Amino acid sequence: MTTAIREQTVGEVLSANGVSRRTFIKFCVSTASFLALAPGMGQVIAKQLLKTKRPSVIYLSFQECTGCLESLTRSYTPSVENMIFNMISLDYDDTLMAAAGKQSEEARDAAIKENYGKYLVVVDGAVPLGNGGVYNTQGGKSAVQILRDTAKGAAAIVCVGTCSSYGGLPYANPNPTGAVPVSDIITDKPLINVPGCPPIPAVITSTLVQYVTLGVPALDAHHRPLAFYGNTIHDRCYRRPYFDVGKFAKTFDDEGARNGWCLYELGCKGPTTYNACATVKWNEGTSFPIESGHPCLGCSEPSFWDRNGSFYAPLAAGLIGSLAPAGEAAGVGAAVGIGAAALSRLRSRARTQSRAAEKTASKED
Amino acid sequence: MELLEFARGPALKVALVVFCFGVLWRLVGTVLLRYHRHLSEPRDGYFKAFMLGLLVGGSRSWPHKQYIKRTGYGEALGYAYHIGLFIVILFFAPHVLFIKSLFGVSWPTLPSGIVTIIAVLTFTLLLAVLFRRLAHRVLRRLSNFDDYFSWFVTTLVIVTGLMATAHFGARYETLLAWHILSFDLLLIWYPFGKLMHAFYIFPSRIINGYFLARKGAPS
Ligand code: SF4
Repeated sequence: MTTAIREQTVGEVLSANGVSRRTFIKFCVSTASFLALAPGMGQVIAKQLLKTKRPSVIYLSFQECTGCLESLTRSYTPSVENMIFNMISLDYDDTLMAAAGKQSEEARDAAIKENYGKYLVVVDGAVPLGNGGVYNTQGGKSAVQILRDTAKGAAAIVCVGTCSSYGGLPYANPNPTGAVPVSDIITDKPLINVPGCPPIPAVITSTLVQYVTLGVPALDAHHRPLAFYGNTIHDRCYRRPYFDVGKFAKTFDDEGARNGWCLYELGCKGPTTYNACATVKWNEGTSFPIESGHPCLGCSEPSFWDRNGSFYAPLAAGLIGSLAPAGEAAGVGAAVGIGAAALSRLRSRARTQSRAAEKTASKED
Repeated sequence: MELLEFARGPALKVALVVFCFGVLWRLVGTVLLRYHRHLSEPRDGYFKAFMLGLLVGGSRSWPHKQYIKRTGYGEALGYAYHIGLFIVILFFAPHVLFIKSLFGVSWPTLPSGIVTIIAVLTFTLLLAVLFRRLAHRVLRRLSNFDDYFSWFVTTLVIVTGLMATAHFGARYETLLAWHILSFDLLLIWYPFGKLMHAFYIFPSRIINGYFLARKGAPS
């Protein structure tokens, strides 16, 4: 991408690509409502976007399955979301870019140099630290080194997907590569997590739009944009009325499952999972896992592979593994009880005997 | 490890270990205590005395006609909130799932809305019970830390459970963690305080009834 094109504002690029003002305003208003902003903010986003220079974006892929990028590219075409690609200057993405090897690395270095302090780093995938980071290297450099070098001059970091946000699958027990989330390595830059396995495409693009127009959005304790991660799946789930009246599917093919009852008993993690699946949904708003009959796995939460026991264990289930320690404790308790009773009997007998002896002695006196 | 995982995992495990240890220690220790030798000749045989003991176990659980005016209110309160607790504990779907995860057994449940209403009523009754204890001059003097703390841990479980159901006051996972932690606390306190009455109450009445019958004073 030439420097001349990179210097263009979003407005210039959009009109060069024939995007009408009407389509553009519609997009900005829907983005504002998507972000749960006040209706008037659509105009603010529009104004801001028109005069903003497209920020340079460097997309780094580490320990990941490319599902997040697949998700991002599944934003349906032609759609306003594809306009995002006209609003940012995607200067490096080794999966999407035509260049490869040395050329692609040169493109990355050039983008860093030209936009130092202003570019956005999007990270996809966890970063392995085990054995000096040898489990993920690109062009002879370890992932952790690439991340450190690239993050140095970044304005902010956006972690796309659960792996970069919290470690995800590579981080799961036993974590053989010593994988860590980006937040464990980069601690001095604004960080936005867009977790999910994968995240909803519209959530990724809208977060980027919000960053471009209004800066770092309001975040929760896990650095997730509140606009998309402010409510649980359960809060917005269309099966919620069944939860409230206690109608649960017990198996995947019983009457409850066929009638669309709540999936809590089948292990649904919707009550503790913060994401927009139940409202934004997937594939042009077609459906989301619960609507397709499968419980929520909680993929946008930290350590979702390891926590909660199993994907199919209900949230109310205990996580104690076996009852054996309790049984053993009962045995020890019974033994202590027997001991205590025996001791008490001995004492009581001794008291009786000494009283009898006292009586005999006083009689003899 | 997050709070909810801690509550459902290690905290629950420790609580169950303490509970099982404490209950068995106290039950076995009490049952095997030395009884006074009865010097008079036994009036009823073992079997008849035992049957009469069972009868006492039942009859002592009912208000005495003579005192009903004085004790009726307290006993009605006691029965009502115990029934409420039983329904909430045994017929709320997530509780049955919890029991199933530990013991592998389950049974039909009640609609969540009904259980919630019963839980609110039970909480109200628990408040009435506390008020009665504080307002009743004799009862107040008889009460000690054990009474108040046992009331507190029981009520805490109900309150945190209601908060979790209503998603009120904090995030659901935090509320659920509080609820399970408060239950863990109840399990730990259980064998060492007056909550242990659940295990003692009927055996002690039956044993008393049995001895009374053996002495020829069945009631
Ligand atoms: S299916 Fe899951 S998210 Fe939906 S109401 Fe049931 S428990 Fe909540």
